[in-house]
Amino acid sequence: MADEIMLLDWWSSMFGMRVRIALVEKGLKYESREEDLNNKSPLLLEMNPVHRKIPVLIHNGKPICESPIIVEYIDEVWKDKSPLLSTDPYQRAQARFWADYIDNKIFQLGGKIWTSKGEDQEAAKKELMECLKILEGELGEKPFFGGENFGFVDVSLVTFSCWFYTYESFGNFSIEAECPKLIAWTKRCLQKSSVSSSLPDSLKIHDFVLQLRKKFGIE
Amino acid sequence: MGEEVKLFRTWSSPFALRIVWALRIKGIEYETIFEDISNKSPSLLQYNPVHRKVPVLLHNGRPIAESLVILEYIDETWKQAPLLPVDPHERAMARFWAKFGDDKILGSIWSVFIKQGKEQEEAMVPAMENLKFLEGELKGKKFFGGETIGFVDLALGWLANLIGLLEEIVGLKVVDGEKLPLLSAWMQDFGDAPIIKDNWPARDGMILKFQALRDATIAAASK
Repeated sequence: MADEIMLLDWWSSMFGMRVRIALVEKGLKYESREEDLNNKSPLLLEMNPVHRKIPVLIHNGKPICESPIIVEYIDEVWKDKSPLLSTDPYQRAQARFWADYIDNKIFQLGGKIWTSKGEDQEAAKKELMECLKILEGELGEKPFFGGENFGFVDVSLVTFSCWFYTYESFGNFSIEAECPKLIAWTKRCLQKSSVSSSLPDSLKIHDFVLQLRKKFGIE
Repeated sequence: MGEEVKLFRTWSSPFALRIVWALRIKGIEYETIFEDISNKSPSLLQYNPVHRKVPVLLHNGRPIAESLVILEYIDETWKQAPLLPVDPHERAMARFWAKFGDDKILGSIWSVFIKQGKEQEEAMVPAMENLKFLEGELKGKKFFGGETIGFVDLALGWLANLIGLLEEIVGLKVVDGEKLPLLSAWMQDFGDAPIIKDNWPARDGMILKFQALRDATIAAASK
C-alpha cells in the first residue's frame, strides 16, 4: 500500500521547514497544504485540536504534531534511508538535548529582536548571541552537528538560518561577525538539496516581517 | 560489566523524581547525589554546564541532562520493562503528551497557584481546558501507558502528588472528581503504585516549600 503523506504547513515557519527537510532527506512524496493561520482549516483543527498549530504531518490519516516529534517519527518509520539520529543511545540523548535547547531559546529570542526596541532588544540580541556561541562551540570542528553526516540537530537549527537576515536587520548586528563557523555551517547545509529546497529566501522573510511590523505598529 | 549509574537530584524536584521512578521500574542500581540548589556542586556544573540544573544522569562517567531526554536514554539503554510503546505513531503520541505536560499543564497549574481572586479564576480557564485534554486521553485506559505505567505517566506523575498539595495551600479544588473523573482516578492509581508511593518527597517539607514560593511570588508581583 502506498503511503499517503500530507503536511499542513506555513511557508515561513522554521518548524514546518524542519519537516520538509526530513521528508526530502528520506526521498518521500507528500502533499503540502499551506494553512491560512488567520483562518485555520477544519482539517488542521481536527488533526491538532490541542495546539491548533502547524506543522502537522498526516501519515495514512494519522496526525503527528510538534516538529521535533514529527522528525523523529519520520526517522523511525523510514529508517533505512539517510538516518538523522544515531543508533547509539548516548549520541541520541545528546542530539535530543541540543534540539530541546534550540527550541527553548532561538525562536523566542529571535522574535523578541524584531518585535522590540531599546533595552529589551539589546538584551535579546545579547542572549541570542550567547546561545549561538554555545551552539557554535558544540559544533566544534565537525562539518555537521551530527558529525560527518547531517543529522537531527542540524535539521533543528538550520531552519533558523533564513531568519538570521531578519534578526540582523531589525537588530542591527551581524551574526557572522561573532559566529563565523556557524555561518559557514549554514552554507554547508544549504549545499544539500533537502535544505535549499525547503528554506525560503531570506529577503522574502524579511519583507514579510516588515509587513507584520507595520501591521502591529512596531516601528 | 559493572554499570556505574549516578543521579544528581534535589529532594523535591519533580523532574528528578521521573528518573527515580524509571530507574526503580527497570530495577537499575544507582547512587544518588543530592544537590543544594543554592550551592551547586562543582560536579553538577561540570556535568550540566548549559543549564546547571537537576536531574543529571551519569552513566559510566557520561552525563545526560533534561529529564525527558534522560527517560528516553534509560528506555533505550535498559530494555526491560519498556516505557515507550513499540509502534512509531504511538511513540510519537507518548512524546506529544509528555511535552504537552511540560509546555502547558505545568505553566497553567502554576498560574492558578500563584494568583488570587479574579486573576486566579481567570487562570483556571486555560488550566481546566488543558486538564480536559488529559482526561480525554485516559478514555478506556487505567494509565496513560495502558495497563501499565509508561512514559507519559512518569512525565505527568508530578500531578498525582503536587495537585493535592497545591489545592490544600490555596484552598481550591483543581482536579474535581466529578468534572475530571478519569484524571482523578489516575492520580489515585498512579500515586498508590508501590514504586511511586515509596518515593514521594516529604509532605510537610513540600507544603512549607510551596507555601513559601507562593507567598514570595505574590509579594513580588504586588510591588
